Amino acid sequence: MADEVVLLDYWASMFGMRARVALAEKGVKYEYREEDLRNKIKSQLLLQMNPVHKKIPVLIHNGKPVCESLIIVQYIDEVWRDKAPLLPSESEPYQKAHSRFWADFIDKKLYDACSKIWSTKGEEREAAKKDFIEILKQLEGQLGDKPYFEGEKFGFLDIALITFYCWFHAFETCGNFSIEAECPKLIAWAKRCMQRESVSRSLADEKKVYELVLGVQKMLGVE
Amino acid sequence: MATEDVVLLDCWASPYCMRVKIALEEKGIKYEERAEDLFGGKSELLLTSNPVYAKVPVLLHKGKPLCESSIIVGYIEETWASPPLLPSCPYARSQAKFWVDYVDKKLFDAGGNIWRTKGEAQEVAIKDFIEVLKQLEKVLGDKDFFGGDSFGFVDIITIAITSWFLAFEKFGNFKVEDHTPKLSAWINRCMQRKTVAKVIPDPEKIYEVVINLKKMMGME
Repeated sequence: MADEVVLLDYWASMFGMRARVALAEKGVKYEYREEDLRNKIKSQLLLQMNPVHKKIPVLIHNGKPVCESLIIVQYIDEVWRDKAPLLPSESEPYQKAHSRFWADFIDKKLYDACSKIWSTKGEEREAAKKDFIEILKQLEGQLGDKPYFEGEKFGFLDIALITFYCWFHAFETCGNFSIEAECPKLIAWAKRCMQRESVSRSLADEKKVYELVLGVQKMLGVE
Repeated sequence: MATEDVVLLDCWASPYCMRVKIALEEKGIKYEERAEDLFGGKSELLLTSNPVYAKVPVLLHKGKPLCESSIIVGYIEETWASPPLLPSCPYARSQAKFWVDYVDKKLFDAGGNIWRTKGEAQEVAIKDFIEVLKQLEKVLGDKDFFGGDSFGFVDIITIAITSWFLAFEKFGNFKVEDHTPKLSAWINRCMQRKTVAKVIPDPEKIYEVVINLKKMMGME
Protein backbone atom coordinates (compact mmCIF):
# COMPACT_ATOMS: atom_id res chain seq x y z
CA MET A 1 0.00 0.00 0.00
CA ALA A 2 1.43 3.37 -0.96
CA ASP A 3 1.99 5.81 1.89
CA GLU A 4 -0.37 8.74 2.02
CA VAL A 5 1.41 11.75 3.46
CA VAL A 6 -0.21 15.17 3.91
CA LEU A 7 1.40 18.22 5.51
CA LEU A 8 -0.80 20.99 6.92
CA ASP A 9 1.44 24.02 6.88
CA TYR A 10 1.85 27.78 6.35
CA TRP A 11 4.38 28.95 3.77
CA ALA A 12 6.28 31.31 6.10
CA SER A 13 6.36 29.08 9.19
CA MET A 14 9.88 28.09 10.21
CA PHE A 15 8.30 25.20 12.12
CA GLY A 16 6.47 23.92 9.04
CA MET A 17 9.68 24.24 7.03
CA ARG A 18 11.37 21.79 9.41
CA ALA A 19 8.91 19.09 8.33
CA ARG A 20 9.40 20.03 4.67
CA VAL A 21 13.18 19.72 4.92
CA ALA A 22 12.94 16.35 6.69
CA LEU A 23 10.52 14.95 4.09
CA ALA A 24 12.75 16.22 1.27
CA GLU A 25 15.86 14.69 2.85
CA LYS A 26 14.06 11.34 2.89
CA GLY A 27 12.67 11.74 -0.63
CA VAL A 28 9.09 11.27 0.62
CA LYS A 29 6.30 12.38 -1.72
CA TYR A 30 3.57 14.29 0.09
CA GLU A 31 0.63 16.61 -0.43
CA TYR A 32 1.21 20.13 0.87
CA ARG A 33 -1.88 21.92 2.15
CA GLU A 34 -1.68 25.60 2.96
CA GLU A 35 -3.58 26.95 5.97
CA ASP A 36 -4.73 30.55 5.59
CA LEU A 37 -3.15 31.77 8.83
CA ARG A 38 -2.66 35.33 7.57
CA ASN A 39 -6.42 35.69 7.62
CA LYS A 40 -6.66 33.57 10.77
CA ILE A 41 -8.73 30.90 9.06
CA LYS A 42 -8.09 27.36 10.27
CA SER A 43 -9.45 24.48 8.19
CA GLN A 44 -11.79 21.83 9.60
CA LEU A 45 -9.05 19.30 8.92
CA LEU A 46 -6.52 21.22 11.02
CA LEU A 47 -8.97 21.59 13.92
CA GLN A 48 -9.77 17.89 13.70
CA MET A 49 -6.15 16.72 13.41
CA ASN A 50 -4.70 19.04 16.07
CA PRO A 51 -7.57 19.74 18.49
CA VAL A 52 -5.19 20.37 21.40
CA HIS A 53 -3.05 23.19 19.98
CA LYS A 54 -4.83 23.95 16.66
CA LYS A 55 -1.45 24.78 15.12
CA ILE A 56 0.57 23.87 12.07
CA PRO A 57 2.57 21.95 11.12
CA VAL A 58 0.57 18.71 11.25
CA LEU A 59 1.85 15.66 9.41
CA ILE A 60 -0.95 13.27 8.47
CA HIS A 61 0.46 9.82 7.66
CA ASN A 62 -2.12 7.36 6.34
CA GLY A 63 -4.82 9.39 8.07
CA LYS A 64 -3.06 9.60 11.46
CA PRO A 65 -1.84 13.00 12.69
CA VAL A 66 1.55 13.86 14.20
CA CYS A 67 1.92 17.34 15.74
CA GLU A 68 4.76 19.58 17.01
CA SER A 69 7.54 20.16 14.49
CA LEU A 70 10.43 18.48 16.34
CA ILE A 71 8.27 15.44 17.10
CA ILE A 72 7.28 15.34 13.40
CA VAL A 73 10.95 15.42 12.31
CA GLN A 74 11.81 12.57 14.70
CA TYR A 75 8.81 10.58 13.45
CA ILE A 76 9.85 11.09 9.82
CA ASP A 77 13.38 9.95 10.75
CA GLU A 78 12.08 6.78 12.44
CA VAL A 79 9.58 5.77 9.74
CA TRP A 80 11.85 6.41 6.74
CA ARG A 81 14.92 5.08 8.49
CA ASP A 82 16.72 3.74 5.42
CA LYS A 83 17.58 7.06 3.86
CA ALA A 84 19.52 10.04 5.25
CA PRO A 85 19.38 9.39 9.02
CA LEU A 86 18.81 12.70 10.83
CA LEU A 87 19.54 11.75 14.43
CA PRO A 88 22.75 9.91 15.27
CA SER A 89 22.48 6.14 15.18
CA GLU A 90 21.12 3.97 18.01
CA SER A 91 24.51 3.54 19.57
CA GLU A 92 24.96 7.20 20.47
CA PRO A 93 22.32 8.15 23.06
CA TYR A 94 24.51 10.98 24.41
CA GLN A 95 24.80 12.66 21.02
CA LYS A 96 21.03 12.31 20.51
CA ALA A 97 20.34 13.89 23.91
CA HIS A 98 22.77 16.71 23.08
CA SER A 99 20.97 17.45 19.78
CA ARG A 100 17.56 17.32 21.47
CA PHE A 101 18.74 19.69 24.21
CA TRP A 102 19.86 22.35 21.71
CA ALA A 103 16.75 21.91 19.54
CA ASP A 104 14.67 22.40 22.69
CA PHE A 105 16.79 25.48 23.51
CA ILE A 106 15.99 26.92 20.06
CA ASP A 107 12.28 26.33 20.65
CA LYS A 108 12.34 27.85 24.13
CA LYS A 109 14.40 30.94 23.32
CA LEU A 110 14.84 31.85 19.66
CA TYR A 111 11.30 32.40 18.40
CA ASP A 112 10.31 34.81 21.18
CA ALA A 113 13.54 36.77 20.87
CA CYS A 114 13.22 37.21 17.12
CA SER A 115 9.52 38.09 17.03
CA LYS A 116 10.21 40.93 19.44
CA ILE A 117 12.72 42.40 16.96
CA TRP A 118 10.03 43.18 14.41
CA SER A 119 6.98 43.51 16.67
CA THR A 120 8.38 46.13 19.05
CA LYS A 121 10.05 49.54 18.85
CA GLY A 122 12.76 51.59 20.51
CA GLU A 123 14.31 50.21 23.70
CA GLU A 124 12.31 46.98 23.61
CA ARG A 125 13.56 46.30 20.09
CA GLU A 126 17.19 46.97 21.10
CA ALA A 127 16.85 44.57 24.03
CA ALA A 128 15.35 41.94 21.70
CA LYS A 129 18.26 42.35 19.25
CA LYS A 130 20.74 41.87 22.08
CA ASP A 131 18.96 38.68 23.30
CA PHE A 132 18.72 37.33 19.77
CA ILE A 133 22.43 37.79 19.07
CA GLU A 134 23.34 36.23 22.41
CA ILE A 135 21.26 33.16 21.58
CA LEU A 136 22.81 32.87 18.11
CA LYS A 137 26.29 33.18 19.64
CA GLN A 138 25.54 30.32 22.03
CA LEU A 139 24.46 28.21 19.07
CA GLU A 140 27.53 29.29 17.08
CA GLY A 141 29.61 28.12 20.05
CA GLN A 142 28.01 24.68 19.78
CA LEU A 143 28.78 24.54 16.05
CA GLY A 144 32.46 25.33 16.59
CA ASP A 145 34.53 24.49 13.52
CA LYS A 146 32.34 21.60 12.41
CA PRO A 147 30.60 21.74 9.02
CA TYR A 148 27.28 20.80 10.66
CA PHE A 149 26.08 20.74 14.26
CA GLU A 150 26.49 17.00 14.62
CA GLY A 151 29.76 16.81 12.71
CA GLU A 152 30.24 15.79 9.10
CA LYS A 153 26.59 15.06 8.35
CA PHE A 154 23.55 17.34 8.08
CA GLY A 155 21.05 16.30 10.72
CA PHE A 156 18.34 17.00 13.26
CA LEU A 157 19.81 20.06 14.93
CA ASP A 158 20.72 21.65 11.59
CA ILE A 159 17.08 21.23 10.52
CA ALA A 160 15.82 22.71 13.81
CA LEU A 161 17.77 25.93 13.23
CA ILE A 162 18.21 26.43 9.46
CA THR A 163 14.53 27.21 8.89
CA PHE A 164 14.95 30.48 10.82
CA TYR A 165 17.52 31.59 8.19
CA CYS A 166 14.94 32.82 5.66
CA TRP A 167 13.66 35.19 8.38
CA PHE A 168 17.11 36.72 9.03
CA HIS A 169 16.77 39.28 6.25
CA ALA A 170 13.53 40.56 7.86
CA PHE A 171 15.17 40.73 11.32
CA GLU A 172 18.25 42.51 9.95
CA THR A 173 16.22 45.06 8.01
CA CYS A 174 13.78 45.77 10.85
CA GLY A 175 16.52 45.86 13.43
CA ASN A 176 19.12 47.59 11.27
CA PHE A 177 21.95 45.21 12.02
CA SER A 178 24.01 42.51 10.32
CA ILE A 179 23.82 38.98 11.68
CA GLU A 180 26.87 37.98 9.62
CA ALA A 181 28.94 40.67 11.35
CA GLU A 182 28.02 39.17 14.74
CA CYS A 183 28.01 35.46 13.89
CA PRO A 184 30.10 34.84 10.74
CA LYS A 185 30.56 31.10 11.36
CA LEU A 186 26.83 30.58 11.78
CA ILE A 187 26.10 32.38 8.51
CA ALA A 188 28.76 30.27 6.76
CA TRP A 189 26.99 27.17 8.14
CA ALA A 190 23.61 28.49 6.93
CA LYS A 191 24.95 29.08 3.40
CA ARG A 192 26.41 25.57 3.45
CA CYS A 193 22.98 24.16 4.38
CA MET A 194 21.31 26.23 1.66
CA GLN A 195 23.39 24.35 -0.92
CA ARG A 196 21.32 21.28 -0.11
CA GLU A 197 18.28 21.02 -2.36
CA SER A 198 16.13 19.81 0.52
CA VAL A 199 16.81 23.10 2.30
CA SER A 200 16.79 25.59 -0.59
CA ARG A 201 13.49 24.18 -1.88
CA SER A 202 11.82 24.12 1.53
CA LEU A 203 12.71 27.53 2.89
CA ALA A 204 10.53 30.50 2.02
CA ASP A 205 11.82 33.37 -0.11
CA GLU A 206 13.39 35.86 2.34
CA LYS A 207 12.02 38.87 0.43
CA LYS A 208 8.48 37.50 0.65
CA VAL A 209 8.99 36.89 4.38
CA TYR A 210 10.08 40.51 4.80
CA GLU A 211 6.96 41.70 2.91
CA LEU A 212 4.84 39.59 5.26
CA VAL A 213 6.53 41.15 8.29
CA LEU A 214 5.95 44.65 6.90
CA GLY A 215 2.27 43.81 6.47
CA VAL A 216 1.94 42.52 10.03
CA GLN A 217 3.85 45.53 11.39
CA LYS A 218 1.35 47.86 9.65
CA MET A 219 -1.51 45.94 11.24
CA LEU A 220 0.09 46.17 14.68
CA GLY A 221 0.96 49.85 14.22
CA VAL A 222 4.70 49.19 14.59
CA GLU A 223 7.22 50.39 12.03
CA MET B 1 28.49 -0.62 37.06
CA ALA B 2 29.88 1.61 39.82
CA THR B 3 27.43 4.00 41.47
CA GLU B 4 29.82 6.90 40.79
CA ASP B 5 29.13 6.37 37.08
CA VAL B 6 25.66 7.87 37.53
CA VAL B 7 25.26 11.03 39.58
CA LEU B 8 22.11 13.10 39.88
CA LEU B 9 22.22 16.77 40.89
CA ASP B 10 18.94 16.89 42.69
CA CYS B 11 16.38 18.75 44.75
CA TRP B 12 13.97 16.49 46.64
CA ALA B 13 10.92 18.70 46.05
CA SER B 14 11.44 19.17 42.32
CA PRO B 15 9.03 17.12 40.20
CA TYR B 16 11.56 17.37 37.37
CA CYS B 17 14.14 15.58 39.51
CA MET B 18 11.55 13.02 40.65
CA ARG B 19 10.99 12.05 37.01
CA VAL B 20 14.64 11.18 36.53
CA LYS B 21 14.80 9.19 39.78
CA ILE B 22 11.70 7.17 38.90
CA ALA B 23 13.17 6.37 35.47
CA LEU B 24 16.48 5.24 37.01
CA GLU B 25 14.63 3.12 39.59
CA GLU B 26 12.46 1.55 36.87
CA LYS B 27 15.63 0.55 34.98
CA GLY B 28 17.28 -0.70 38.19
CA ILE B 29 20.21 1.71 37.85
CA LYS B 30 22.19 2.56 40.96
CA TYR B 31 22.92 6.26 41.24
CA GLU B 32 24.32 8.82 43.62
CA GLU B 33 22.02 11.66 44.64
CA ARG B 34 23.67 15.01 45.33
CA ALA B 35 21.35 17.55 46.87
CA GLU B 36 21.59 21.09 45.56
CA ASP B 37 20.73 24.04 47.75
CA LEU B 38 18.81 26.00 45.16
CA PHE B 39 18.26 29.04 47.39
CA GLY B 40 21.45 28.98 49.44
CA GLY B 41 23.95 28.60 46.63
CA LYS B 42 24.26 26.35 43.61
CA SER B 43 27.32 24.12 43.47
CA GLU B 44 30.24 24.68 41.07
CA LEU B 45 29.41 21.32 39.53
CA LEU B 46 25.84 22.39 38.76
CA LEU B 47 26.94 25.68 37.25
CA THR B 48 29.57 24.03 35.05
CA SER B 49 27.37 21.06 34.08
CA ASN B 50 24.36 23.18 33.16
CA PRO B 51 25.76 26.56 32.12
CA VAL B 52 22.71 27.32 29.94
CA TYR B 53 19.99 27.09 32.60
CA ALA B 54 21.83 26.41 35.93
CA LYS B 55 18.90 24.16 36.94
CA VAL B 56 18.33 20.72 38.38
CA PRO B 57 18.03 17.93 37.46
CA VAL B 58 21.38 17.27 35.86
CA LEU B 59 22.38 13.66 35.27
CA LEU B 60 26.09 12.98 35.04
CA HIS B 61 26.82 9.67 33.32
CA LYS B 62 30.54 8.86 33.41
CA GLY B 63 31.10 12.57 33.95
CA LYS B 64 29.06 13.73 30.92
CA PRO B 65 26.14 16.00 31.79
CA LEU B 66 22.55 15.60 30.60
CA CYS B 67 20.04 18.42 31.23
CA GLU B 68 16.26 18.96 30.93
CA SER B 69 14.26 16.22 32.64
CA SER B 70 12.30 14.87 29.63
CA ILE B 71 15.50 14.70 27.60
CA ILE B 72 17.28 12.96 30.51
CA VAL B 73 14.47 10.37 30.78
CA GLY B 74 14.76 9.85 26.99
CA TYR B 75 18.50 9.30 27.42
CA ILE B 76 17.91 6.78 30.24
CA GLU B 77 15.42 4.96 28.01
CA GLU B 78 17.91 4.71 25.16
CA THR B 79 20.95 3.83 27.27
CA TRP B 80 19.39 1.08 29.40
CA ALA B 81 16.95 -0.86 27.25
CA SER B 82 15.03 -2.82 29.84
CA PRO B 83 12.21 -2.46 30.73
CA PRO B 84 11.15 -0.25 27.79
CA LEU B 85 9.41 2.99 28.73
CA LEU B 86 8.37 3.88 25.19
CA PRO B 87 6.52 1.73 22.65
CA SER B 88 8.52 0.44 19.66
CA CYS B 89 6.09 1.57 16.94
CA PRO B 90 7.04 5.05 15.58
CA TYR B 91 3.46 6.34 15.61
CA ALA B 92 2.80 5.34 19.21
CA ARG B 93 6.17 6.86 20.16
CA SER B 94 5.23 10.16 18.49
CA GLN B 95 1.96 10.25 20.42
CA ALA B 96 3.75 9.55 23.72
CA LYS B 97 6.21 12.38 22.95
CA PHE B 98 3.32 14.70 22.13
CA TRP B 99 1.73 14.13 25.54
CA VAL B 100 5.06 14.47 27.33
CA ASP B 101 5.45 17.83 25.59
CA TYR B 102 1.86 18.79 26.55
CA VAL B 103 2.43 17.94 30.23
CA ASP B 104 5.74 19.84 30.15
CA LYS B 105 4.13 22.94 28.65
CA LYS B 106 0.95 23.01 30.71
CA LEU B 107 0.61 21.05 33.94
CA PHE B 108 3.10 22.45 36.45
CA ASP B 109 2.61 26.07 35.38
CA ALA B 110 -1.19 25.71 35.54
CA GLY B 111 -0.88 24.35 39.07
CA GLY B 112 1.62 27.05 40.02
CA ASN B 113 -0.83 29.75 38.95
CA ILE B 114 -3.25 28.47 41.60
CA TRP B 115 -1.03 29.20 44.60
CA ARG B 116 0.39 32.36 43.06
CA THR B 117 -2.99 34.09 42.70
CA LYS B 118 -6.07 35.04 44.69
CA GLY B 119 -9.72 35.91 44.05
CA GLU B 120 -10.90 35.95 40.46
CA ALA B 121 -7.46 35.27 39.00
CA GLN B 122 -7.28 32.14 41.16
CA GLU B 123 -10.72 30.99 39.97
CA VAL B 124 -9.46 31.25 36.39
CA ALA B 125 -6.26 29.41 37.33
CA ILE B 126 -8.22 26.54 38.92
CA LYS B 127 -10.48 26.30 35.88
CA ASP B 128 -7.45 26.14 33.54
CA PHE B 129 -5.74 23.50 35.69
CA ILE B 130 -8.84 21.29 35.74
CA GLU B 131 -9.13 21.63 31.96
CA VAL B 132 -5.58 20.27 31.61
CA LEU B 133 -6.44 17.38 33.96
CA LYS B 134 -9.58 16.60 31.97
CA GLN B 135 -7.56 16.51 28.76
CA LEU B 136 -5.12 14.06 30.35
CA GLU B 137 -7.99 11.96 31.71
CA LYS B 138 -9.41 11.78 28.17
CA VAL B 139 -6.04 10.53 26.86
CA LEU B 140 -5.81 7.94 29.64
CA GLY B 141 -9.29 6.64 28.83
CA ASP B 142 -9.90 3.22 30.34
CA LYS B 143 -6.26 2.17 30.23
CA ASP B 144 -4.37 1.31 33.42
CA PHE B 145 -1.51 3.58 32.43
CA PHE B 146 -0.83 6.19 29.75
CA GLY B 147 1.49 3.59 28.26
CA GLY B 148 -1.38 1.05 28.06
CA ASP B 149 -0.88 -2.09 30.13
CA SER B 150 2.53 -1.01 31.31
CA PHE B 151 3.83 2.02 33.18
CA GLY B 152 5.85 4.16 30.80
CA PHE B 153 7.32 7.49 29.75
CA VAL B 154 4.16 9.62 29.91
CA ASP B 155 3.26 8.08 33.30
CA ILE B 156 6.69 8.99 34.68
CA ILE B 157 6.61 12.55 33.35
CA THR B 158 3.12 13.15 34.78
CA ILE B 159 3.13 11.27 38.12
CA ALA B 160 6.03 13.36 39.42
CA ILE B 161 3.95 16.55 39.20
CA THR B 162 1.06 14.97 41.14
CA SER B 163 3.18 15.22 44.30
CA TRP B 164 2.32 18.94 44.18
CA PHE B 165 -1.45 18.39 43.75
CA LEU B 166 -2.25 18.48 47.48
CA ALA B 167 -0.65 21.93 47.68
CA PHE B 168 -2.69 23.13 44.66
CA GLU B 169 -5.86 21.64 46.22
CA LYS B 170 -5.30 23.25 49.62
CA PHE B 171 -4.56 26.70 48.21
CA GLY B 172 -7.37 26.48 45.67
CA ASN B 173 -9.84 24.79 47.99
CA PHE B 174 -10.85 22.08 45.55
CA LYS B 175 -10.27 18.36 45.09
CA VAL B 176 -8.82 16.79 41.93
CA GLU B 177 -10.83 13.61 42.58
CA ASP B 178 -14.14 15.51 42.32
CA HIS B 179 -13.29 16.60 38.78
CA THR B 180 -11.20 13.76 37.37
CA PRO B 181 -11.87 10.53 39.31
CA LYS B 182 -10.24 8.28 36.70
CA LEU B 183 -7.05 10.34 36.81
CA SER B 184 -7.08 10.12 40.63
CA ALA B 185 -7.41 6.34 40.35
CA TRP B 186 -4.41 6.34 37.99
CA ILE B 187 -2.42 8.37 40.56
CA ASN B 188 -3.18 5.78 43.26
CA ARG B 189 -2.29 2.95 40.87
CA CYS B 190 1.10 4.52 40.11
CA MET B 191 1.79 5.19 43.79
CA GLN B 192 1.52 1.45 44.42
CA ARG B 193 4.64 0.91 42.32
CA LYS B 194 7.74 0.51 44.50
CA THR B 195 9.77 2.79 42.23
CA VAL B 196 7.24 5.62 42.46
CA ALA B 197 6.51 5.25 46.19
CA LYS B 198 10.26 5.34 46.89
CA VAL B 199 10.77 8.62 45.03
CA ILE B 200 7.61 10.70 45.51
CA PRO B 201 7.83 12.71 48.76
CA ASP B 202 4.97 13.19 51.24
CA PRO B 203 2.62 15.76 49.62
CA GLU B 204 2.22 17.42 53.05
CA LYS B 205 5.94 18.24 52.92
CA ILE B 206 5.50 19.73 49.43
CA TYR B 207 2.64 21.83 50.83
CA GLU B 208 5.06 23.20 53.44
CA VAL B 209 7.55 24.00 50.65
CA VAL B 210 4.91 26.03 48.85
CA ILE B 211 4.02 27.87 52.07
CA ASN B 212 7.69 28.80 52.44
CA LEU B 213 7.96 29.78 48.78
CA LYS B 214 5.04 32.15 49.20
CA LYS B 215 6.65 33.66 52.30
CA MET B 216 9.93 34.10 50.41
CA MET B 217 8.10 35.76 47.55
CA GLY B 218 6.31 38.12 49.93
CA MET B 219 2.85 36.68 49.26
CA GLU B 220 0.51 35.89 52.12
